[in-house]
Amino acid sequence: MKAILDDMPVRGRILAAIVLLALAAAPFVANRYLLSVLTLILYLAYVGQAWNLVMGFCGQLSLGHALYIGLGGYVAALFWLEFGVGPWIGVFAAMAVAMAFGAVIAWLGFRFGIEGVYFSLLTIAFAEFTRIGFDNMAFTGGAGGLFIPYEEKRLGEWWNLRGGQWMYYYIALLLAAGAVTLTAWLARSRLGYQWVAIREDETAARALGIDAFAVKMKAMLISSAMTAVGGVFYAFYYNTLFPSQMFDMGRSIEIIMAPIVGGLGTVFGPVVGAFVLTPMGELLIAATERLGFNAPGTKAVFYGAMLIVIIMLRPAGLWPWLARMLGVWERKP
Amino acid sequence: MSTLLTVAGVSKRFRGLLAVDRVSFEIESGEIFAVIGPNGAGKTTLFNIIAGVFAGDEGAITFDGERIEGLSSDAVCRRGIGRTFQLVRPFPALTVEDNVVIGALLHRSDVAAARRHARDVLARLDLFDKRGLTASALTLPDRKRLEVARALATEPKLLLLDEVMAGLRPTETDRMVAILADINRERGVAILLIEHVMRAVMALATRVLVLHHGAQIALGTPDAVVRDPAVVESYLGAEAVG
Amino acid sequence: MASLYVNVVIQGLLTGLIYGLMALGLSVIFGVVRVVNFAHGEFAVVAMYAAFILFSRLGLDPLVTMLPIAAGFFVIGYILQATLIQRFVGRPETQQFILLVGVAIIIVNVLLMQFGPDAQPVNLSYGFDSFLIGPVIVDKSRIYAAVAAVAVATVLFAFFRHTRTGTAIRACADNLTGAGVVGLDVKKLYALTFGIGLACVGAAGALMVTIADAAPSLGPAYTLLAFIIVIIGGLGSMTGALVGGVLIGVSEALAGFILVPAMKSMFSFALLILVLVLRPQGLMGRRT
Repeated sequence: MKAILDDMPVRGRILAAIVLLALAAAPFVANRYLLSVLTLILYLAYVGQAWNLVMGFCGQLSLGHALYIGLGGYVAALFWLEFGVGPWIGVFAAMAVAMAFGAVIAWLGFRFGIEGVYFSLLTIAFAEFTRIGFDNMAFTGGAGGLFIPYEEKRLGEWWNLRGGQWMYYYIALLLAAGAVTLTAWLARSRLGYQWVAIREDETAARALGIDAFAVKMKAMLISSAMTAVGGVFYAFYYNTLFPSQMFDMGRSIEIIMAPIVGGLGTVFGPVVGAFVLTPMGELLIAATERLGFNAPGTKAVFYGAMLIVIIMLRPAGLWPWLARMLGVWERKP
Repeated sequence: MSTLLTVAGVSKRFRGLLAVDRVSFEIESGEIFAVIGPNGAGKTTLFNIIAGVFAGDEGAITFDGERIEGLSSDAVCRRGIGRTFQLVRPFPALTVEDNVVIGALLHRSDVAAARRHARDVLARLDLFDKRGLTASALTLPDRKRLEVARALATEPKLLLLDEVMAGLRPTETDRMVAILADINRERGVAILLIEHVMRAVMALATRVLVLHHGAQIALGTPDAVVRDPAVVESYLGAEAVG
Repeated sequence: MASLYVNVVIQGLLTGLIYGLMALGLSVIFGVVRVVNFAHGEFAVVAMYAAFILFSRLGLDPLVTMLPIAAGFFVIGYILQATLIQRFVGRPETQQFILLVGVAIIIVNVLLMQFGPDAQPVNLSYGFDSFLIGPVIVDKSRIYAAVAAVAVATVLFAFFRHTRTGTAIRACADNLTGAGVVGLDVKKLYALTFGIGLACVGAAGALMVTIADAAPSLGPAYTLLAFIIVIIGGLGSMTGALVGGVLIGVSEALAGFILVPAMKSMFSFALLILVLVLRPQGLMGRRT
């Protein structure tokens, strides 16, 4: 933690403190709608950060991260519904299952030299394969979905993730802040440097003694476990699980948008990306409604156009550019 | 002095073409050993076999008492052999210093300690003042030096250098020669050079191996080798004597 | 019973040829421009709607409208590459990915706004007719569509083999620096290639409406399908795309027949994983 602060110029520390304080105080001023938007932003910042580790730092383009959201959500939900075991314990089972899948994909991909686009396809294949599997499994409710009942008497059981908007908001804030801290720490650790070396040039990295397989495997394991935690949160926040939503390709895309738009391989990129994209989506809804376009899809069309514009103008992401403008982040000497 | 690296009867075929043909030699610890030969003589293939990029078809390689043929490149490096690439491959988006830090992290888990070591190495290679630059912004001579710095930061017992002089001007070559000689003397690092620039080979090498069409045609001190008729015929006759 | 299987296999084979034509477009684009078209399936769906409109408004058979649709798609592809995608050539895959995901999102949602989420059928007058060859019954529409797909693919093969432009494009794919050195206008060839790739999708989409109803939600599914086929056949290999298409068409038909229909694509994904692990260059691809 100290190392992270040491690397930040004073203006950066002040800005970080202000943002954190504002977010901590938000529930006292924001209305229910705004709070739900903020919760969504923080959730996307969190899962985006998890993906950022594997792609932004280690350079492995996984396009199937919905797999770990789905597995995490389903495992924790099933523990709760079938055995009455709460998500604070179920989350560990969720992480374990996600890591097992992540390990299999990583082993196949990295042992058999499946790289680049091919690796992406491998990750998509596993996610889709699992989605169809869950669609046809009676035990998990099949395509008809799985529902976590809303029970008045359990409200306030925060240890079982049963509560109101406030509780979910603070948990999301904790997750996002935790993920940023973890990423900042990892980025300055030996493992972080090894990841970046592999991202930049795997052959050169190996010539410096880096065990590429082990290092990439660690990235997949950490990322899949973190993403599974996001899946648990998602499941207990929305209370409904459909394979076609949890494991969908669209979910994988949703996860990776914020880090790419914010800045791959940066500590704050996923957060900035989430804070730009989500409100942009919400504003677009409001704007299109006011302009009288009620047709579904109008918002998404603008969203797609904005994506194209952002990636054309700021291909390295918004955060590195923003940080320079604000003078809040310096690369190490 | 003890034997550090033993290459015994190593051969490699590419699609029937014998790229390396039963090459054998030994490198003593602390020695500077050069491999020379005309283009296509199999120097780089031999280099890659030692560095673990690919395995030879036959033969044995022993390093520091341990057989290393067939090990992967990262495993070879972990046993104490650092290498450079002929076509330099720095980590382009990272700073010069971070490039070297990654090498230094091989035997250190603490990044701060690795950074201190990296700065020492950078100072050695006249790169200390450029440590904050992005590697992709360096000129070719600087990149060549960065390549050596990174490999050196892994604290190898043997440094494999693949044409680090190529593309350097004479003054830059002399500087590199001086640096390598210092490193060799002060740290006792053995060096295996693959080199075209005879000026550097003559100045540095204690012994020289000459390859021609994959086979070794001479092995001895630089002075003896350049006078060897077989060598003059195959290689030096055209290039260096004139 | 045996004849039932033969029926299923032939059905799958014919469908697979149309899939193959669609995948051919993806393969050509990747093989030359080195951009992965993540909006490929979405373009196919646009072509389906184009064929649907021309059929429902003007009563034109998709087998006929296939040609103008392919021509229109060629123009769209050419312009898209020349104006937008060219800027992303050689950039990291993630950036290309975001760009084309943006394009895909726009396409799906414009379709959604225009036509709504419901599937739109094209009811051909001969839609229920079939040929009876011995014990085998084959839908007429499927036969026609498959023959048309093969015809388009043949024209394309001939183009790449026997014309100057085709040869130039292949030279670009094999050796980009070399192509630049000998004075080929690489950007223009890229635009042509993207146009050709989209023309394939346009033709394939038009043919697709004879066997499936048009719906916006089909876009991502077809993108994935095209990917699977191309990877199985070998990324960049033209024959591979057709062979992969047939393989997937047949295996899906069989899997849908033997297993639960809903699980048929699971089989394709399993096949994809197998190919990636065992023969990553694809069945017909060259190892690079």
